[in-house]
Amino acid sequence: MDRLKVKIGDLELKNPVMTASGTFGYGTEYSDFMDLSRLGGIFVKGTTLEPRQGNDYPRMAETPSGMLNSVGLQNKGVHYFVSDIYPKIKEYDTHIIVNVSGSTIEDYIGCTEALVGLDKIPAIELNISCPNVKEGGMAFGTSCVSAAQVVKAVRKVYDKTLIVKLSPNVTDIAEIALAVEAEGADCVSLVNTFLGMAIDAEKRKPKLSTITGGLSGPCIKPIALRMVWQVYNAVKIPIIGMGGISNWKDAIEFILAGSHAIQVGTYNFINPSVSVEIVDGILNYLDRHNIDSISDLIGKLDY
Amino acid sequence: MKQQLDFIITSNKKLNKQTFLIKVTPKNAEPLPEMLPGQFVQVLVHDSSSIFLRRPLSINYYDKENNEIWLLIQNVGGGTNKITELKVGENLNLLFPLGNTFSMPDKNQTTLLIGGGVGTAPLLFLGKNLSDKGYTPEFLLGGRSALDISQLNDFEKLGLVYITTEDGSMGQKGLVTHHPALKEKQYDKIYTCGPKPMMIAIARYAADNNIDCEASLENHMPCGFGACLCCIENIKERGNICVCTEGPIFNTKELQWID
Repeated sequence: MDRLKVKIGDLELKNPVMTASGTFGYGTEYSDFMDLSRLGGIFVKGTTLEPRQGNDYPRMAETPSGMLNSVGLQNKGVHYFVSDIYPKIKEYDTHIIVNVSGSTIEDYIGCTEALVGLDKIPAIELNISCPNVKEGGMAFGTSCVSAAQVVKAVRKVYDKTLIVKLSPNVTDIAEIALAVEAEGADCVSLVNTFLGMAIDAEKRKPKLSTITGGLSGPCIKPIALRMVWQVYNAVKIPIIGMGGISNWKDAIEFILAGSHAIQVGTYNFINPSVSVEIVDGILNYLDRHNIDSISDLIGKLDY
Repeated sequence: MKQQLDFIITSNKKLNKQTFLIKVTPKNAEPLPEMLPGQFVQVLVHDSSSIFLRRPLSINYYDKENNEIWLLIQNVGGGTNKITELKVGENLNLLFPLGNTFSMPDKNQTTLLIGGGVGTAPLLFLGKNLSDKGYTPEFLLGGRSALDISQLNDFEKLGLVYITTEDGSMGQKGLVTHHPALKEKQYDKIYTCGPKPMMIAIARYAADNNIDCEASLENHMPCGFGACLCCIENIKERGNICVCTEGPIFNTKELQWID
């Protein structure tokens, strides 16, 4: 299976297929449906320094080929993660990566410091792109200056692989990617959800309690793919691509656009074993095209 | 253990203008695992870009003998329309069994199962289970009209059935909460499933009369197994929790429905 190995910073992945934060719980939710050890990695639920109740119900609206959510980073806080969740998941035979979120730079630093000492957490994904929190979140990821500030601050306290998750709700995503690369990010993951909205015409009301929310699912794939390609052409660090991936073909497309690895997100809800089906599909693709290693495909778009 | 499995439709009957009873059995004849009343399935709706998410449906009945799951579906358009259009022999992919179950009454306790419209779905399975365990459940079924009352014969086999309809076309005219049985008889435990205003009214009746009451919630559920955190209910003392994994059955005392 070495043909599927890829490297992100110091992180060696057994294959490029991982699962996106906020769509895969802590992995345990999926263990009935699939063999977690077949994944390249699991990005666990967005974690903050303090516990968060998240936003009010309703938090979800279905859209054509996708959904809007406004969960709002509901989680029990990083200290609960360290004491109660980490012991249960640390023996998984795959990489566990924590998605770190915050409202202030101090929050990001505090959350990161609580995680840096955990042996089985080889990387964090800095979430500067959550559209569903009132303060911080996406605000950090929509300007080069603030994105650079938070990455710079976290880089000082984190010496393992630092992945920065980018927001697509910007004019020029490559500019933001360059800014975080300059501050020492080892990798960028993109894209988080697109800010969207749904309205109930009969009731004349918004469908989400927060009015706006994050759009995900196959409907965003073409835009996500374009953004990955733009970032690939701008930065030198590896990219983890995501946005509407629902089968192996989508995954190959993201790799061709320049991703070293990919994350499967919303489609996990529809087919909870889709990520392992994608691993099989990629291997089959390599066989059919006589390609030795998945690395030979990264960014190899023929044009 | 939860699983994802392909089923085949063995029967699809239109019970009335909107309600369908679909029976499914595993495509490869795998024996079904134990399932409990109150649990639900997530149905994949095929080939439709406008219907992206699975649709949660209560297990209406688990027919061990025929290795079948029964699903009672009200066609309210969209995804439910797609499901009710399926023909015998077609496939249906399910995630199942999901969620928790109703708690059993204490020995000799009297029970009333109150369902509104298609909300009667899990009560048939529960009623059968109670009856098998030696209880004598009673049922109170309500609807807008006689057309909303489904599976009456099945319920009548299990115990006494009271009916209310808003237009008076069957049973007592009015809402389930106005049925005289609630005044005249004393129940120890109430189970309810149906429209939220109905369940809230029943929760209030139960609280006023010091009756233990459990309700089945149907919050929007993208995943059904605790991953997406969208179907939350704000529970007393515990805050937002997932209806799909910690429910869908809740003791109404835990809910923030009444003060």
